[in-house]
Amino acid sequence: MATRWFGAPVQRSEDPRLLRGKGNYVDDIDLPGMLQAAVLRSPHAHARIVSIDSDPALSLPGVHLVITAADLGEVLEPSPLLIPHSALTQPRTQLPLALDEVHYVGQAVAFVVADDRYIAEDALELIDVEYEPLPVIHSLQVASADNAPLVHTDVPGNVAAHFIQNVGNPDSIFASATHSIHETMSIERGAAMPMECRGVLARWEAHESMLTCWISTQGPIPIRNGLSAIFHLPEHKVRVVAPDVGGGFGTKIMLFYPEEILTPFAAIKLGRPVKWIEDRRENFISSNQERGQTHEVEYAFDDQGVLLAVRDTFVHDTGAYTPYGIIVPIITACSLPGPYRLKHYYSEFTVLYTNKVPVSPYRGAGRPHAVFVMERIMDRIAKELNMDRCEVRSRNFIRPDEFPWDVGFVYQDGGPTKYDSGNYQLGLDKLKVLLDYDNFPKLQAEARAQGRFLGIGVGYYVEGTSIGPYEGGSVRVESDGRVFATTGVTSQGQAHATTFAQIVADQLGIHPSEVLLTEGDSQSFNWGVGTFASRAATVAGSALHLAAVKVREKAKQVAADLFEAAPEDIELVDGKVFVKDAPHRSLTLGQLAISANPLRYAYGENARQLMSMNLAGPRQGPALPAERGAPGLEATEFYSPPHASFASGVHGAIIDVDPKTGMVSFVKYVAIHDCGRVINPMVVEGQVHGGVAQGIGGAFYERLVYNEDGQIINASFMDYLLPTSAEIPSITVDHVETPSPLSPLGMKGAGEAGVIPVPALFASAIDDALSPFDLRVLEMPLHPCRVYELLKETQSI
Amino acid sequence: MQEQDETPTFSEVNLISVTVNGHLYERQVSVRMLLSDFLRHVLHLTGTHVGCEHGVCGCCTVLLNGEAVRSCLMLAVQSDGMALTTIEGMAGTNSELHPIQQAFQEKHGLQCGFCTPGIIMSVHAMLHENPNPTEEEIRHELSGNLCRCTGYQNIVEAVKLAAERLHASHMEVE
Repeated sequence: MATRWFGAPVQRSEDPRLLRGKGNYVDDIDLPGMLQAAVLRSPHAHARIVSIDSDPALSLPGVHLVITAADLGEVLEPSPLLIPHSALTQPRTQLPLALDEVHYVGQAVAFVVADDRYIAEDALELIDVEYEPLPVIHSLQVASADNAPLVHTDVPGNVAAHFIQNVGNPDSIFASATHSIHETMSIERGAAMPMECRGVLARWEAHESMLTCWISTQGPIPIRNGLSAIFHLPEHKVRVVAPDVGGGFGTKIMLFYPEEILTPFAAIKLGRPVKWIEDRRENFISSNQERGQTHEVEYAFDDQGVLLAVRDTFVHDTGAYTPYGIIVPIITACSLPGPYRLKHYYSEFTVLYTNKVPVSPYRGAGRPHAVFVMERIMDRIAKELNMDRCEVRSRNFIRPDEFPWDVGFVYQDGGPTKYDSGNYQLGLDKLKVLLDYDNFPKLQAEARAQGRFLGIGVGYYVEGTSIGPYEGGSVRVESDGRVFATTGVTSQGQAHATTFAQIVADQLGIHPSEVLLTEGDSQSFNWGVGTFASRAATVAGSALHLAAVKVREKAKQVAADLFEAAPEDIELVDGKVFVKDAPHRSLTLGQLAISANPLRYAYGENARQLMSMNLAGPRQGPALPAERGAPGLEATEFYSPPHASFASGVHGAIIDVDPKTGMVSFVKYVAIHDCGRVINPMVVEGQVHGGVAQGIGGAFYERLVYNEDGQIINASFMDYLLPTSAEIPSITVDHVETPSPLSPLGMKGAGEAGVIPVPALFASAIDDALSPFDLRVLEMPLHPCRVYELLKETQSI
Repeated sequence: MQEQDETPTFSEVNLISVTVNGHLYERQVSVRMLLSDFLRHVLHLTGTHVGCEHGVCGCCTVLLNGEAVRSCLMLAVQSDGMALTTIEGMAGTNSELHPIQQAFQEKHGLQCGFCTPGIIMSVHAMLHENPNPTEEEIRHELSGNLCRCTGYQNIVEAVKLAAERLHASHMEVE
């Protein structure tokens, strides 16, 4: 093969369109006759709805429809529980519109459709809802208190789920351990905050009984399946498209958000296209959030710094509902052991309801919490034994010859938490070199002499990625020679149009620019799940690889007949198909595609040229021989991973802390990343950069503050601080490549990785910087005032 | 309870004439329509995006008489008689990307692409003011635009590259 595209930093084919402002995000689509919707949201975190009067709103000129729960008929059903679990004994999912009680500020109460959004929002002001406020659970602490008020009156103790997993015999280890420590660690809520908020555009075409929805989502096919059931339409009469999506980070994989049902409901009822676009205020109070957990962790270790056992009991804040089951805390439990040989591990968690926005995965999905806990443990062991922090980690690493390594817990997908490959010491070695770790004490001492407080921190993680159940891919060569590839996943910035094209191009001997990818359109590919859990590149990429392999084999078969040669002697190079050692007599892929479709009527230049070539005529018998299967050069394949594959990485940073203000700035940041075989290093490094930036946000800038009334008091970009270019440092990225033995191309997922170890390393670095004050960080995120407070607390002791 | 005559209708419309990317548009617009909505939904120039509607994220940045402004913080009627440039006006009519856009592709300065048009417009204004910015100046200037995907690093690299190339070709950022 002339060129291998897999592994090359191919520039993105997506970019020219996006750079010209020719992207196609949901709100960019305006249809003739389209109306606009707005949602009336609960101003109370917990209240009974006494009455709703929407008549004044309906009489406002320009208003076409006002929907309350009472108007929804049989559509008034709770959303499906996406991932049931036997430990989730009290699942609750929300109605499209609240019926008699609201459970969080932002819950949808009424839906207004008008000529434009301005009028729709005017109409919201005219809807009169009488609420009777009820007691509010605004925190895990309040939710778990004795005799706490109830978020859902029929859920005792606010407990949605309680789950225990255990491996080995931790109790006996603790009984005889030389060292054991108990600490409380907590991590507070943050939010995904994609730059494009959510949005839905629905069109009902009565003449075809066809519903089309364009949704800013990470999972159009599951939404298509659901809408088909809700509206009693055949699946092929519902088309759901995720057009360009302006970032997702997990918050857009949820279904159903109420507007995904209400917008098509209104479009069907009115017979006109209806669009709803979430604004940023709504995004803060109605798009799912994550992170809130408090851990009570005990750990036992020996004099050599070897971690012997962990008992971790934590509470997890699921908000008002459990749309996504208990996936997030399960991931936390399974991710806690990280790269370490932890053989005795007890994990118990309780999922609690609160009167807050529901929780579903946000980039990292339970892992930053787990890594924070485990890496804090490693740092503490080092401190207790007066050892180097990296040395303690090295002593506990799973060695390269110990794979596959089974943690012993059941993972989020129901499969084993079984690490397929890795080389953790190699990653740490690379990090230490790039951070100049061994020289840091000198640098630190010099800085201290000048009154500056530098600190160094590291954070190691192992991340289960590339989960099933499956994805599919279809590859077809068209008569003009261009290759169409399609799959059921979506892209919200991951460059699939480029990376998947690289995979397909390698098999067909063409340039990636000749592969055109369509994804996120249920009418283009019928099967699939979506882009989340760092799975799309591995799972859908493998499916497309398998399909492309099949197309190549078929191309060889067809060409062998035409050239009267053996299929194994056919080569596909630079867009040409020929018999080995005889490239002077060749066909283009387009010409071959025409030959593979035995029609009498072929059009275009390729067909004319084909006629003039002196090729073998059709064989006797059927025009489409049985061994050829379908006409054309086309194949569809599916890939279903045996279980998750486990990526890993270690990040380190040097920070500068000002003890007078609590302000922290980054001096240096290094990320070592292992996602198995890399399709496109430029894209993977971009993913790591972005993840780190979100991690830094979640460690020092972003924190959702709910007050006692359950109101988010910083629900704007003025108050909830997304980090900017001025806060995020330059990041050095290097790779370790331990291929996954599970998938045909050896990839592992890369999307979430960057965010995962940041809180852990940030805490590590703060402790180190402020070691003269004997500070230990046990909570995330921090902010300057909090660093200052923690410092004051140590001084007052 | 609201009095009937206070019911907000905002029915008043004004005729405005605005030059956008060199074309003169005359339109009747509601007095309360945001400039961002006017560009997107009246002129169908949907490359200008709306990410927060409170002037922080910078996705809606356009050039107003050459100066970078947030189109979500202005009313359309306030732009009457003015000249605007949006992302659609950057590359001109030929098929080549503007050097700033080209640098963003080469340096992988975008992922989902939603913040990108606003950032390109801000960078355009930045390089006009300061054709040879240091990394610190670039990071400071870019801090008025939020990006949730890239971690900014490749955006900074793209700006450096664009500045170098524009400088080398003695091409003024208009």
